[in-house]
Amino acid sequence: MAQTAAPLAGPAAATTTTRPPGRARPARRGRGRTPGYVLAPLLLIAVNVVMFALFFLWPAAIGFYYSLTSYTGVGQARFVGLDNYVQLFADDSFYAALLRTLFFTLMVVPATYVVSLLSAVLLTSTYTRGKAVARVIFFVPWLISPIVAGVIWRWLFGENFGLANYVITSLGGSPIAWQSNGDLSLVIVVIAATWGSTAFTMLLFIAALKSVPVSYYEAAALDGAGPWHKFRHITLPSIAPTSFIVVLLGTIGAMKEYALIQALNGGGPGSENNLIVQYIYRTGFERAQIGYASAASFVLMMILMVIALVQLAHNRRREANR
Amino acid sequence: MSTAPVLTPRETAPPGRRPRGGKAKGNGELGRTVGATSVLWLLVVVYGVPVAWFVLSSFKPVGELFSYPLTLFPSEPTTAGYVQAWTQFDFYRYFGNTLLVAVITTVLTVVASAAAGYALAKYRSWWLNAFAVCVIATTMLPTEVILSPSFLVVRDLGLYDSLAGVIVPSILTATGVFMFRQFFTTVPDDLLEAARIDGSSELSTFFRVMLPIARPIMITLAIFSFQWRWNDYIWPLIVLNDPKQYTLQIALSSIVGAENVNWSVLLGASVISMAPLVVLYLVFQRYVMSADLNAGLKD
Repeated sequence: MAQTAAPLAGPAAATTTTRPPGRARPARRGRGRTPGYVLAPLLLIAVNVVMFALFFLWPAAIGFYYSLTSYTGVGQARFVGLDNYVQLFADDSFYAALLRTLFFTLMVVPATYVVSLLSAVLLTSTYTRGKAVARVIFFVPWLISPIVAGVIWRWLFGENFGLANYVITSLGGSPIAWQSNGDLSLVIVVIAATWGSTAFTMLLFIAALKSVPVSYYEAAALDGAGPWHKFRHITLPSIAPTSFIVVLLGTIGAMKEYALIQALNGGGPGSENNLIVQYIYRTGFERAQIGYASAASFVLMMILMVIALVQLAHNRRREANR
Repeated sequence: MSTAPVLTPRETAPPGRRPRGGKAKGNGELGRTVGATSVLWLLVVVYGVPVAWFVLSSFKPVGELFSYPLTLFPSEPTTAGYVQAWTQFDFYRYFGNTLLVAVITTVLTVVASAAAGYALAKYRSWWLNAFAVCVIATTMLPTEVILSPSFLVVRDLGLYDSLAGVIVPSILTATGVFMFRQFFTTVPDDLLEAARIDGSSELSTFFRVMLPIARPIMITLAIFSFQWRWNDYIWPLIVLNDPKQYTLQIALSSIVGAENVNWSVLLGASVISMAPLVVLYLVFQRYVMSADLNAGLKD
């Protein structure tokens, strides 16, 4: 059936190409893509289009609608205009959650970047021994779910039973309040999150490091460049596109962290370490304020979009300057 | 700390290891090797110890878990926690549910992503470009963020409290689509042309010619997808209500959320939940390590 679609759409589809005008347009164009087929590609993307519409567009649309109502999940949704947003911007616990999430992101993203790059460098180096075993061990945290990762670190840093406090007291120190001190508790979450996301980021860096031409290093070595110089002036610029992806994906991932902190300390002590998704979950599901939670979701979506656009723009400018 | 190793060519250097002039720089080389290797193994210890301690603890009897002095190895190893989790705490059921969800979703994801990735690589039109942007948007603005509306959609579709409600929304993955797009871009068009000349229809070309050659990518995505779904928390959390339908992660988090955490069961259950992925990874390691994710995500 796809065959019948081809002649039908043939010449019409050619108008979408970006070729300069004035040049004769052959039926088949170079560079790998085929104009003129409509039904086949449409069928091929159909499943994903339906999925996108059902589980992305639709929730986004009704989410926006409900954010303007006082809907609670049952009965009629009463339209309240921008009330939810006004209330949200005056809500201290929303700001607290937002601020905590930003702190968390500002710690996790750089930490993950540094550790992943370091491990990727060590795993691609000719000077290290035992790389095969090391690689497997680095990868285990990636296999572990955020829930189990939370449990593992909770077990390690339990206040009355954890290995960490046991070691500290055995060395003559006094036990540290890993759970009841909010800031320390967040630091543990940061460590656990970094630990969990290293492997994937490391994989990205390994691929990038392997594609840096060896001749660059050889030329630099002839010029007498030291190791740090070579790293700073050859490696880092060469892997810049990957760095960009790592920071962008890391930021988005950290902003929506939920499962790990839920298992590690439940957003505690109290509600001190409630991150933004926890705040949304609590208002939406535990208190059934769906309208209000949707408004919070929208603010978070806006923030994520701004972050993504700013990073994209920054990346464009840097590439243009090169 | 020695950053030196960074700069050297790479593993794939010709055999004989030392690049050139090994003798003259013998001393410096040795120093670098020792330095770099120690840093590497220090990191390995930091990454490995939490898991090792956790797994070893899971074999301790309840009394030994909290009794000082703590010992690294259990003095009387037992699998009581595992047995209790598997039978009394119904983890055999959660395990089955999770396996079902992960396998079905993975099959659907691989086929849907391959088809979409192929369409993006081999056809051109404005709506395909628009579709590509939409797929990227799902990474930038993940659906986890719009929790309550997603819940309402699942409820209105009649998928609430069923495993289908966990499976269906997870089929679309941007990473999968772009992995395949990347791969099919490298497949020469001549292959497609040849199939057309032979009178093969577009769709049968995809299924009979293109899918078979994409096998390595299919395996790579299958492993990733299986891992994502096995460890998924947020969709099952909002979709499932009946404890009989729970997946492993939800069941685990309900133990963690209890007033008094039953550590013995929790440790056993956690190790049960991570074992299949570790085995899968060890078997298919090379597909994970060779995944050209970079290329896919850059697009």
